[in-house]
Amino acid sequence: MSTRLAKQGRLIDRSKPIEFTFNGNRMTGYEGDTLASALLANDQMMMGRSFKYHRPRGVVASGAEEPNALVGLGNGDRFEPNQRVTTTELFAGLSAQSQNHWPSLDFDVGAINTQLSRFLPAGFYYKMFMYPRSFWKHVYEPIIRMSAGLGKAPDKDLIDADTYEHFYFFADVMVVGGGVAGLQAAKAAANSGAKVLVLEQTAHWGGRAPVDGGTIDGLDPEAWIDQTLAELATMDNVTLRSRCMGAGVYDHGYALGYERLTDHTPGEAGPRHRLWRIRAKQIVTATGAIERPLSFAGNDVPGVMLAGAMRDYVVNWGVTPGQRVVVVTNNDDAYRTAITLHKAGVDVVRILDARPIGGGALMEEARQLGIRVEPGRAIAKVTGGKRVNKVAICAQDGEGGAQEEIAADAVAMSGGWSPVVHLWSHCGGKLIWDDAQAHFRPDASRPPLGADGSGFVIATGTANGAMDLGDVMAGATAAGSAAARAAGFVGKDLTAPVVSDSEQAPMLPVWLMPAKADIKLRMKTWLDYQNDVKVSDVQLAAREGYESVEHTKRYTTLGMATDQGKLSNINGLAVLADTLGSEIRQVGTTTFRPPYTPISMGSIGGEARGEIFQPIRKTPMHDWHDGNGADWEPVGQWRRAYAFVRSNETVEQAVAREVTNTRENLGLLDASTLGKLIVKGADAGRFMDMMYTNMMSNLKIGKCRYGLMCSENGFLIDDGVVARIDEDTWLCHTTTGGAERIHGHMEEWLQTEWWDWNVYVANITEQLAQVAVVGPNARKVLEKLGGMDVSKEALPFMEWRDGQIGGFDCRAYRISFSGELSYEIAVPASQGLAFWSALMEAGKEYGVMPYGTECLHILRAEKGFIMIGDETDGTVIPQDLGLSWAISKKKEDFLGKRAQLRSHIADPDRWQLVGLETLDGSVLPDGAYATGNGVNANGQRNVIGRVTSTYHSPTMNKGIAMGLVHHGRKRMDEVIEFPGTDGTIYKAKIVDQVFYDKEGEKQNV
Amino acid sequence: MSDPISALNGAAFSGIANVEEAGLAGMITLRGDLSSKRLAAAVKSATGVDIPDANKVAMSDEGGTAWMSPDELLLMVPYTEVETKLMALNKTLSGEHALAVNVSDARAVFRVTGAGARETLAKVCPVDLSAEAFAVGQFRRTRMAQVAAAFWLDESGGFTIVCFRSVADYVFNLLSTAAHPQSSVGVY
Repeated sequence: MSTRLAKQGRLIDRSKPIEFTFNGNRMTGYEGDTLASALLANDQMMMGRSFKYHRPRGVVASGAEEPNALVGLGNGDRFEPNQRVTTTELFAGLSAQSQNHWPSLDFDVGAINTQLSRFLPAGFYYKMFMYPRSFWKHVYEPIIRMSAGLGKAPDKDLIDADTYEHFYFFADVMVVGGGVAGLQAAKAAANSGAKVLVLEQTAHWGGRAPVDGGTIDGLDPEAWIDQTLAELATMDNVTLRSRCMGAGVYDHGYALGYERLTDHTPGEAGPRHRLWRIRAKQIVTATGAIERPLSFAGNDVPGVMLAGAMRDYVVNWGVTPGQRVVVVTNNDDAYRTAITLHKAGVDVVRILDARPIGGGALMEEARQLGIRVEPGRAIAKVTGGKRVNKVAICAQDGEGGAQEEIAADAVAMSGGWSPVVHLWSHCGGKLIWDDAQAHFRPDASRPPLGADGSGFVIATGTANGAMDLGDVMAGATAAGSAAARAAGFVGKDLTAPVVSDSEQAPMLPVWLMPAKADIKLRMKTWLDYQNDVKVSDVQLAAREGYESVEHTKRYTTLGMATDQGKLSNINGLAVLADTLGSEIRQVGTTTFRPPYTPISMGSIGGEARGEIFQPIRKTPMHDWHDGNGADWEPVGQWRRAYAFVRSNETVEQAVAREVTNTRENLGLLDASTLGKLIVKGADAGRFMDMMYTNMMSNLKIGKCRYGLMCSENGFLIDDGVVARIDEDTWLCHTTTGGAERIHGHMEEWLQTEWWDWNVYVANITEQLAQVAVVGPNARKVLEKLGGMDVSKEALPFMEWRDGQIGGFDCRAYRISFSGELSYEIAVPASQGLAFWSALMEAGKEYGVMPYGTECLHILRAEKGFIMIGDETDGTVIPQDLGLSWAISKKKEDFLGKRAQLRSHIADPDRWQLVGLETLDGSVLPDGAYATGNGVNANGQRNVIGRVTSTYHSPTMNKGIAMGLVHHGRKRMDEVIEFPGTDGTIYKAKIVDQVFYDKEGEKQNV
Repeated sequence: MSDPISALNGAAFSGIANVEEAGLAGMITLRGDLSSKRLAAAVKSATGVDIPDANKVAMSDEGGTAWMSPDELLLMVPYTEVETKLMALNKTLSGEHALAVNVSDARAVFRVTGAGARETLAKVCPVDLSAEAFAVGQFRRTRMAQVAAAFWLDESGGFTIVCFRSVADYVFNLLSTAAHPQSSVGVY
């Protein structure tokens, strides 16, 4: 059984017991435990079931690389699936549920799949569920989704209870990994005066060294770590962050740190995770190494564990996963586990060393302790259901025959160590195959390159393939100094610490155990625990022609999902290479992509949730609108009132009321969002003539002109009224969505093409609150407020004047987008609300009502005015819309002029804007296409036009619409058909697009 | 003329830093040739300071001037004096290619002060806010989460932030969130 030992456990505090539950069962651990060590202490060896075959699985590792022991953590609005028990710090009240089991962890129906594994080979899903096609969506997918997959998604109706944030930080040298290599590198870099940031993913500094032993500068690793930490803590140029994983390395020294602030104290106030967005001149990756499993049959039975992890459980948390342990290895390091277990009083029943002559000094030490060591031997298979029961032993160099069976309840395995090269590789660092250690390690001559073409990442420690403590510390010292130098800091180099460590004999690559294991064994030999990929699956993929490692990954799922093959990659590559008869170095690795381990979605979103999910732009009158029934609609980032809805009316009724009232009495529109750009300079007239299709340079001071802007491709991009302010100054109104875009458009032309023209542009959109005062009573209300002369004579249509109205400094424009008598009055934004309120008050006797954007749309549509974004979509030119009158024939040039001469743009066959009227007065569906005769090459009906705007007109009391129709202007009175998505065919007559006051008498009074 | 109202009417929040809307400030966007002596004189006369270097702000008792771009300055003057100052500027600069325009009401101004001010800003702006990197007198136009903003640090250790008026609500809520009392990073 797995149990807590009487002694040991350097990270736990036995005076502080902690209660938690696993699948509802109450258990106790200690402060300092991980969920993994606490579960093992409670003899909970089986922690979940596998992805595909629902096989019982236990914890195999002790850190971030854990593939098996994933749980759903927490409840309700703090529930999170796929949490690794090895990286989950224990806290009081922790509640975990194992995953992938039904109905219970102990008894699982899906486990039948393991009996059917012959019928579930690699690529099974691709092969099986192809036909019939309709079955995928309705039959196969729902069933597969129920039985496969990892954790459950959180309840979609719950909102994450926690908050998250980002933090921008800048460092000269960033060190990823707070083991002895990282600390020494940090010290060396800081010594040169560089600003150093050190990130450690766990809650503890020092990494594996305290477990692995040796001495540094005559000190126990733990004492050396404490001393070095204390030293670093006193340095102002060093920032140390634990529980903060270096998640990714990107171009230009950009890196992400994922800090888990309250995962171990859930519910504590403040952000749960903080995503560090780091700019570092140099990055040192001291990310350590990960032990590889050995590939033998039954290597996934709970109780089979990495040797280094088992040692961690004993030393760090005082837990032994078994009482009778078999150690199996191809290298010296695993002997440390045997020695540690033995000294803790655990029975190490056998050390099986696949190397024909065994190991070095550590082997001798083990033998002297009385542990039975068998060189050249291997595990043929491990048997046991929910935990290890028996281990069958054979010769490594055989097929698995001549077996001896021994009783054991745990197996510690070591296939050698692979450097964590992920962060080195994220931004293009290349790897080299090291034959001696049988692993890929960073190739220092091909690092990730920065903007200046030189490397900005240095790998060090075991992450650089140094497997011996002396090499680690010497390398780390050099790496820290080199990073500081590359960042521009020249200081005195630190001397590397003096280190003592056991001499190690060479390891032996073992990719299959025993070497010639038969197919029966290979089918029970797991490569990828998380995705249930076996040796036989990779071999099958190779035989079926999947020679590229990237293809094999997708076909077999080797190295996919949350652990991204941290344990399985090298073993899988080796099997693939062997099957293909090629070398591992030639097969290569799959791509390492950030993040190193999954980071929360919340941390990526940061603070952007709830009311600050996105900026919402508000006009100075926003709150008034909100208090007066505004039904909001987003217009870009602005919120504009769609309609002002009164109690006892629908939104549609409100819109109709607003339209009628504006036509008959007086309406007010908050037009503050319209863009207002000042264009000034000696060359401003010339510039305006280039920007607009019509002539603007000859506009007289005090007058307004409607203008169109095209892109250089001739397409209509914006429209609005331009006012000439003085000799050198024009004011351009843009659409609401166009303010920033057109400002940028103008600046781009000025900065890149006409940089020698004397023109300045300023965006003053938000300086002004603008109110459209519209309707037959518009002049009356302004006259009542008093001030400037707003009569027809003093302020004619399409002119503007500065003055005062009701005591407000303002600029009044006589412009109309509604066809009614209309003024737009601009006042300083800080007085917008007061001005609006004054108009509402004064307008009472004239039947004033505010109106929203839908009323605005209907008013303009009744007049046949186009709307950018409705009648235009980036492919429409002014000529399509009957706006040729606004395109100057006199001007030598303007943006779009040349483009409009191109054959397709000048084509008389282009669709043209017309009015559309249904025969029965109903409303045409928005965006509906008109169909013509015949079919196109795809067998679809030919299309001859589309609806661009469509409304119910309260003024006409019928549906009115505009649309672009092939040869539209020649087809007046023709009836065309618009099939709706509701199955109805709408019939509409082509008419003039101006439905209301064709002569324009009403606006010019 | 009614009393002018700033976007948030003086809203305030206190956490690891104090966040408050500072009310209306007189601001003039001035575009022109920054090497022009006439322009320099006009700036001095309007704000009492010389044109600052790139990415700097110069403050005086009467106001100040911030460097916005190679051909743009932000002049800060008392709110009630903007129009007078504008007239004087335009008079001095007549005949020279320049654009001066009142943007006082287009802006919202916030103060972020207190021990956590640097960290609060560093959560929402991609700027090195360490004391070594960001000193008194520096002026930075940048991104504040999802909107544009500019800020500088004054002698008292407080930051003044300028953003667009329409997003004042967003910026206030954003800064208040970043200044959550339990969110100190502990690096500045």
